[in-house]
Amino acid sequence: MATSTPGSAPPPSLAEPGVSGGHLDPPHRTVPCATPGPWPRVAQRLRRNRVAMAAVTVLALVAGVALVVPAVVVIDPLTQDLRASFLAPGVDGHLLGTDHLGRDVLLRLVDGARVSLAVGVLAVVISVVVGSGIGLLAGYVGGALDRVLMRLIDVQLAFPGILLALIIVTVLGTGLDNAMLAVGIGAVPRYARVMRGAVLSMKHDLFVEAARSLGATDLRLMLVHILPHVLGPVVTLATLGLGTAILATASLSFVGLGAQPPTAEWGLMLAEARTYLRVAWWLAVCPGLAIMATVFAVNLLGDAVRDALDPQMAFGRD
Amino acid sequence: MLRFVGRRLAESIPVLVLASVVVFSMLHLVPGDPVDAMMGAAALQSTARQAVVDRVRDELGLNEPLPVQYARWALGALHGDLGRSFIRDRPVSELIAERLPSTVELAGLSMLIAASLGLVCGLVAALKRNTPIDGVIMAVSLGGVSMPSFWFAVLLILVFSVGLRLLPATGSGTFAQLILPAVALGYEGVALVARVTRAAILEVLTRPYVTTARAKGLPPRAVLLRHVLRNALIPVVTVMGLQVGRLLAGSVIIETVFARQGIGQLAIEAILQKDYPLVQGIILLSASTYVVANLLVDLAYGYLDPRLRAAA
Repeated sequence: MATSTPGSAPPPSLAEPGVSGGHLDPPHRTVPCATPGPWPRVAQRLRRNRVAMAAVTVLALVAGVALVVPAVVVIDPLTQDLRASFLAPGVDGHLLGTDHLGRDVLLRLVDGARVSLAVGVLAVVISVVVGSGIGLLAGYVGGALDRVLMRLIDVQLAFPGILLALIIVTVLGTGLDNAMLAVGIGAVPRYARVMRGAVLSMKHDLFVEAARSLGATDLRLMLVHILPHVLGPVVTLATLGLGTAILATASLSFVGLGAQPPTAEWGLMLAEARTYLRVAWWLAVCPGLAIMATVFAVNLLGDAVRDALDPQMAFGRD
Repeated sequence: MLRFVGRRLAESIPVLVLASVVVFSMLHLVPGDPVDAMMGAAALQSTARQAVVDRVRDELGLNEPLPVQYARWALGALHGDLGRSFIRDRPVSELIAERLPSTVELAGLSMLIAASLGLVCGLVAALKRNTPIDGVIMAVSLGGVSMPSFWFAVLLILVFSVGLRLLPATGSGTFAQLILPAVALGYEGVALVARVTRAAILEVLTRPYVTTARAKGLPPRAVLLRHVLRNALIPVVTVMGLQVGRLLAGSVIIETVFARQGIGQLAIEAILQKDYPLVQGIILLSASTYVVANLLVDLAYGYLDPRLRAAA
């Protein structure tokens, strides 16, 4: 907060000798950054929410397994062993059995966790960065720019995400990266709208005017003064969006437009399992359960984050 | 009401125009030359390649300025001419018309399932609020919202085709082949509609006008039908409108699972084969369907809620 540090060095004329010698100077300590903000309270509310903590535990487990197991276990999830194909769960030390190429299903699920989480998070990052950027700019600058940007956002909102995803995959080609990009771009409008609304409600607040009169540039006003205050709804959206993103990328992989063999991706594993439903049910059940458990946990966490950020909403809902 | 309809109609036209521009641009955003993609790798080695490429470019009108190309394409689309498929060498509209019935019957039946079952479940859950019945309905519908539709579809096949051998797992044409896909596609809708209906009814029940209706001695059935349900329907209609988009996405997936010869499958095939005109045609059609569906939903609002008509 370079523009607003009067509290640390009051002009001598204002300060009583002896009082200014101390490090406390309460009347001047009104710098927004000096207060901890709402986040510690939000974290506390989340910690008290048992459902949220259960969801966090599940997700931490999935993420932990995804990160640790590949480093410890030496067997490659892509290693084939045709003599050991279609082993039922539990046979020969394969806890969840093997697939048509004799690959260990559990190992592939773990590898898939890494893929799904990484892809989901990256897709959300894309939509948050692009969407909030557009919303911040539209809300702050206003005028013609606002009208054009929001008109485009409206048009995108007027379409189901799947059509946009199909367009993007058609243009860029199939593959996990492009599927992720498609999912990320598809969610941009929501963030742009929420961000714009929040910025509009805040941009004429006193503290913004104060910072402006102290000479803060537009960029600084946007990024340092306004952005931190409007992050709440974006965080809620992003948490809820993670579940959608994981599901959407898995769906694209399932229909063959996302991850390509031999990648161990949950949606793709499920797609491959379709051929062998009559001989190996576990191939279809395991990846589906993995997707559902992860998405379910993310959604519960998203609900909890929303309630923690906006307790009034929590009471208002049934 | 007429002004309301007119205004909503006028609003959806720019959306359609922009959509068509995006769909049109697809072909020109693809890295490389679409003609190369169309001719495939084999043609690249041919010595007469350049001559063929030039001829095809000319035939497709790719040498003309973009606005001219767009105008011609858009006018054609308005007349139902969506160009020719690169791969199948047949008119796109013909290919789509062949596959459309299968998708329409799937979407129609699952919409029917979502609307009827969802409304009934939501109504029962709301009237039996906080009883075990409510609990079961809400738990099952929460499962429906979180369950990936493609996984649910695979589970249905495992149970009803592989296990019980009751219904066919793949194909399209007969009613028996329609049941599993429609249930798989409709389940999520049932869950959503049930949740929204329950919340809306509970909300409306607290309104003063319901108390008034009861106080003036109306029989409970009349209060429920005329005062509660009609007002609770507004958010339900919104969800039903959103269903159309979900059905579009869902049909792509569900048709893949059940190997149904529908539009969704055709879209996937076209994308994998880089058959751009076919992809364009399908996306344009889906986008228009979606816009029209949303228009109908808005008009339904106007019918259900006279205040909206006045505001317009």
